Amino acid sequence: MPQQDLKNSSAIEHIKGRGLPLPENDVDTDRIIPARYLKFITFEGLGAYAFYDERFDEQGKPKPHPFNDPKYSGATILLAGANFGCGSSREHAPQALYRFGIRAIIAPSFAEIFAGNATAIGMPTVMVSPLHWEALIALVTQNPQTEIHIDLKQKTLSTTSGWTCPVEMNEGYRKAFLEGSWDTTAVLLANFDLIRKKAMELPSLC
Amino acid sequence: MTLLDKVWELHKVATLPNGQDQLFIALHLVHEVTSPQAFQMIEERGLPVLFPERTFATSDHIVPTDSKARPFSDPLAEEMMAALERNVKKHGIQAFFPGSGRQGIVHVIGPELGLTRPGITIACGDSHTSSHGAFGALGFGVGTTQIRDILATGTMALSKPKVRRIEITGVLPKGVYAKDIIMTIIARLGVNGGLGYAYEYAGSAIQALGMEERLTICNMSIEGGARVGYVEPDEKTIQYLRGRPFAPKNIDEVAPYWLSFRSDPHTPYDDVVRIEGNALEPMVSWGINPGQAIPVSGRIPSPMELPPAERDTAEKAYRHMKVSPGDPIEGKKIDVAFIGSCTNGRISDLREAAKIVKGQKKAPHVRAYVVPGSEQVDAQARKEGLHAIFQEAGFEWRSAGCSMCLAMNPDRLQGEEICASSSNRNFIGRQGSPKGRTLLMSPAMVAAAAIAGEVVDIRKWER
Repeated sequence: MPQQDLKNSSAIEHIKGRGLPLPENDVDTDRIIPARYLKFITFEGLGAYAFYDERFDEQGKPKPHPFNDPKYSGATILLAGANFGCGSSREHAPQALYRFGIRAIIAPSFAEIFAGNATAIGMPTVMVSPLHWEALIALVTQNPQTEIHIDLKQKTLSTTSGWTCPVEMNEGYRKAFLEGSWDTTAVLLANFDLIRKKAMELPSLC
Repeated sequence: MTLLDKVWELHKVATLPNGQDQLFIALHLVHEVTSPQAFQMIEERGLPVLFPERTFATSDHIVPTDSKARPFSDPLAEEMMAALERNVKKHGIQAFFPGSGRQGIVHVIGPELGLTRPGITIACGDSHTSSHGAFGALGFGVGTTQIRDILATGTMALSKPKVRRIEITGVLPKGVYAKDIIMTIIARLGVNGGLGYAYEYAGSAIQALGMEERLTICNMSIEGGARVGYVEPDEKTIQYLRGRPFAPKNIDEVAPYWLSFRSDPHTPYDDVVRIEGNALEPMVSWGINPGQAIPVSGRIPSPMELPPAERDTAEKAYRHMKVSPGDPIEGKKIDVAFIGSCTNGRISDLREAAKIVKGQKKAPHVRAYVVPGSEQVDAQARKEGLHAIFQEAGFEWRSAGCSMCLAMNPDRLQGEEICASSSNRNFIGRQGSPKGRTLLMSPAMVAAAAIAGEVVDIRKWER
């Protein structure tokens, strides 16, 4: 069995931070990170390009956008619309958000590849019902200083103002965060012998 | 059991502690844009590529389509290309680079080389990996960290999706293509309708399609939110693979095994949708996601005609596309025409488009491009004289790559240009200009639009 870096990821049970509302459905990954910023061979520095074409005009001057709004400066929990992250499989999208400072995303639903990519880099994608979502958006918009607390173990969300609601999440992802096994390479390699066995059983390609 | 159940069980290595399944990936396709960080990650951990013999690479996203002379004019593209060349050499991965005669868009070359085949799992760092389901395989689009996992372990962690069977009954009318089927499905079920599902495409209209048309349908599954889409393999699948470079030589012996990958009769599905194929029309997108599409004879919907959850996006689409509710889509002026992409850049697509273009001239104000999906498609088109038909009509004939589908190379829209495009996404900024506008349609519809200078109804085309 090859050398491996076992516990590379730590458990994530609680996420606390202020909310950054982006209440739009079907936000695609081309909008989160335009394709021309995919031409780097590292993910470093991608945070500067999150939602670039919506945040800056052609001369590079800032446009009104929640990510540019000083009210939400330092917010770490993105409040996004349904089907967030649809489109391309580019991990650059969650990477750009993470490097911008986002640590968790709350939405009524997520595109699947995006949710998998976000989980793989330790950024939980948490779902709330559309009604709770609307209430949360209103709360944060009225008071951007509202602190949000996501408890992945209890599957609850609460705010400093005392408002609470249940949250949902892909159970596999949730357990991976609670166990600290969201960095999957080591978990997968633990089954090295089973992998080899499976490879022998299956037809070869060439 | 469904086909998905069978392929899933066959490739399942273990149940992981978090409840997800660990699936063996029988074929891993790699391209230059989403892989460099993944190679870096395994190297940092001192891990080898566990199954180089199941890993194949090509370059498609950033390659220029005018000249592939090195170094590329874009230094970032050159760096990306050089990184992939280094990585495949270092890890002993077979690659198909420009000039090899086998380079092309990863979802075009998988099938044409005979790597794609029934009953296997396929992964690639590209969401359109769903394409390969046309052969009764399960194709998963993955991100870079998952590419790391597949390189290092040959497996990935996945939650098993539900299965929705989508039956297209009847016979397609003339002028209606595979592209119109999938655009209709997405328009009806929504861009998020497939979340949590794999789509099984079936019914007489699907069975009647050739393999390349099935690829078009499965390709856009992800645009409907379904990560995976597939068609049960049949004799056409076997015939298509016969004689392909990597296909088994004893294909007649393998065929019964391949054909065993089908859903059992009367197996229960999580959902079933039936669509009357005879009633389908050519489709055109009018908005900023692939679900915002209407029959070419239709009018752009008003917010009140749409479900409440889609109204905000519609308002945004009216503003970006500079259209109004009630506008017809037929007659919409275009600036650019693009025929290509992993959705519609195969030889059968070019043949259909060439039938429309033959003996015609493109409208003077239109820039028109044909970008073959692979070097093999390019060579075959030249052999059939298709490139000459397009060139005589004033189209530019380019070399293989993703090109203007996502504009990571120099092929892109300028300013607010409107592009009739045979590609898969009309997202804002997708074709390289933040203000650019995309109208998705079939290759034949793009060809006709290039000639007329506006969106036309291919069913009424007489020239």
